[in-house]
Order: sequence, then structure tokens, then C-alpha cells
Amino acid sequence: MSNQTAHGSLKSYVTGFICSIVLTIIPIVVLVNNWLEGLGSTIVFLAAALLQFIVQLVFFMHLRDEEKPRYNLMSLLLGIFIVLLIVVGSIWIMMYNMVAI
Amino acid sequence: MAQTHSNAEHHGHGHEHPDQEEMRTFAFWIYLMTDVILFATLFATYIVLQGNTDGGPGPKDIFQMNGIYASTFILLTSSFTSGLALLAMHKGNRLALMNWLWVTIFLGASFLFLEVNEFMHMVHEGATISTSAFLTAFYTLVGTHGLHVALGLGWMIILIIQIAKHGITPVTKRKVNIVSLFWHFLDIVWIFVFTIVYLLGVK
Repeated sequence: MSNQTAHGSLKSYVTGFICSIVLTIIPIVVLVNNWLEGLGSTIVFLAAALLQFIVQLVFFMHLRDEEKPRYNLMSLLLGIFIVLLIVVGSIWIMMYNMVAI
Repeated sequence: MAQTHSNAEHHGHGHEHPDQEEMRTFAFWIYLMTDVILFATLFATYIVLQGNTDGGPGPKDIFQMNGIYASTFILLTSSFTSGLALLAMHKGNRLALMNWLWVTIFLGASFLFLEVNEFMHMVHEGATISTSAFLTAFYTLVGTHGLHVALGLGWMIILIIQIAKHGITPVTKRKVNIVSLFWHFLDIVWIFVFTIVYLLGVK
């Protein structure tokens, strides 16, 4: 991301901020009012977090404005790949492969 | 093309070495990716160990969600104000830049205050870092994020002193860019702490 040139506008920051607030309020309201249980609420919480992650990247970190070649995006994708490998791999190994007990 | 043109206009002397400052910003981005991996290992550890309470308190017993909601909105707002600091800088408004950085610092400090309060409350209730595997993983994950926030606060204070001394130069510009990237990154990490540790913990 060429941050020297791509620094967004007030509009992009305000849009991002409002989206973040809404995406934070939704899971809180769902939790406080017990609207969903079990898997349903898990999916809503994780979806809201994921959407907010994208909102921050696009509206606050201006990932979309990067000029080619998009090294920032490439290294981010590698980072996300490693994160998923570590997190999903750990969960899979530790929760579904318990043979020693 | 239009962006490159305005870049040359705004930067003046900085135009002689635009690549170096951009490379430094990119290098910081690479550092952030390694920090992402650090947090990934802490999240993985927490998710795996969160059920191992050893007969001690679990997430539902000790998390006080009202304080967590407050600190979430505070950090979210500080991510926004660090963006406003960046905008003020690109308009060449040094005073507004410094003021927005101060607002960001104030919000970050409030976040830390709430976090320390939460930890002290939990320790007071007998939920310490050595109580159970769940709490060890919890304090390590949330504490590492808090440490990052504390470092970010010190960094911003130093940066404000530099801006007061040297004004908005290509170097201080790059530093503000980097610190605001760092701050947005910490907000993103907190979103996942909030969701995975707190929301999914108490539901």
C-alpha cells in the first residue's frame, strides 16, 4: 500500500467508523437479548467480526487504493494463510484427535 | 497518475526520496504480518485451552461485559481519530494533527485503564494467571494486546514531540502513517479478542 499517496478521505473514514459501530452493536444486541442460541449466535458473532475486519482494511487502512504490484495485499494474504493454518490446525489437532486419553 | 502528481506537489523535498519512505512503510507492514502470526498462536492457545478451568471460574463467571462493551467502543473510536490525525496531516494542519493524536492517546489510555481495572477485579476475585490453563491463556492473549496498546501510546507521545520540533516533514509523515497503521491493526486484533474471548465466552 503506498501510504504516501493513498490516505483516504473524510468520507471513507466516517463510512468505516459508522460500519464498525453498527457491526459491533449487532452482536451485542443479539447477545444481550438472547435472540439466537448455539451455532446461530456463533455464526453471527464471527460474521460481524470478519466484516469489521474487512471494513477496517478497506476504509481505514486503504488496502483497496494500493497501486500495482500489490505487495501489501500479497503479504496480507500470506499472513492470513499462516493464521488459519495455526488456528484451524491447532483446533483440529487438539479437539478432534484426542487418542491418548 | 493523478495521485502521483499530487504526491509530488504535497511532498516538496520529499519527492527526491519517495521510494525510501514508502519502502519503510512497507517494511512496517511486513512487521505487522509477523505480529499477526504472534497473535494467531496466542488465539490458537486460548481457543484450545479455554475449557480447561481446573474447577476454577470460567468465562461466564468472571467477565464483566459492560466494561468490555465500553472499552470496545473506546478503541473503535480511537482507530477513527487516528485516521482523522492522518487526514489533518495530509492537509498540512499541524495543530489539528497533534490534537487528534492527543485524542487518540486519551482514548487509548482510557482503554488501558479499563483493562487494568478488569484484571485487578479478576485477580481480586481469585482468578489469577496461575489459577487455570484457561486463565493463563486469557491473561497472555489479552495482556499481550494491552502491552501493544501501551507501547503505541508511548510511541505517539514521542511522535507528537517530534512533530512539535520538526513539523510535518516526509519523515514525520511516514511515522504518523506507520503509527496509524499500527493503531488500526490493534483495533482489528481487539475485534477478534472481543468476539472470540468475550462474546463467544459468555454466550
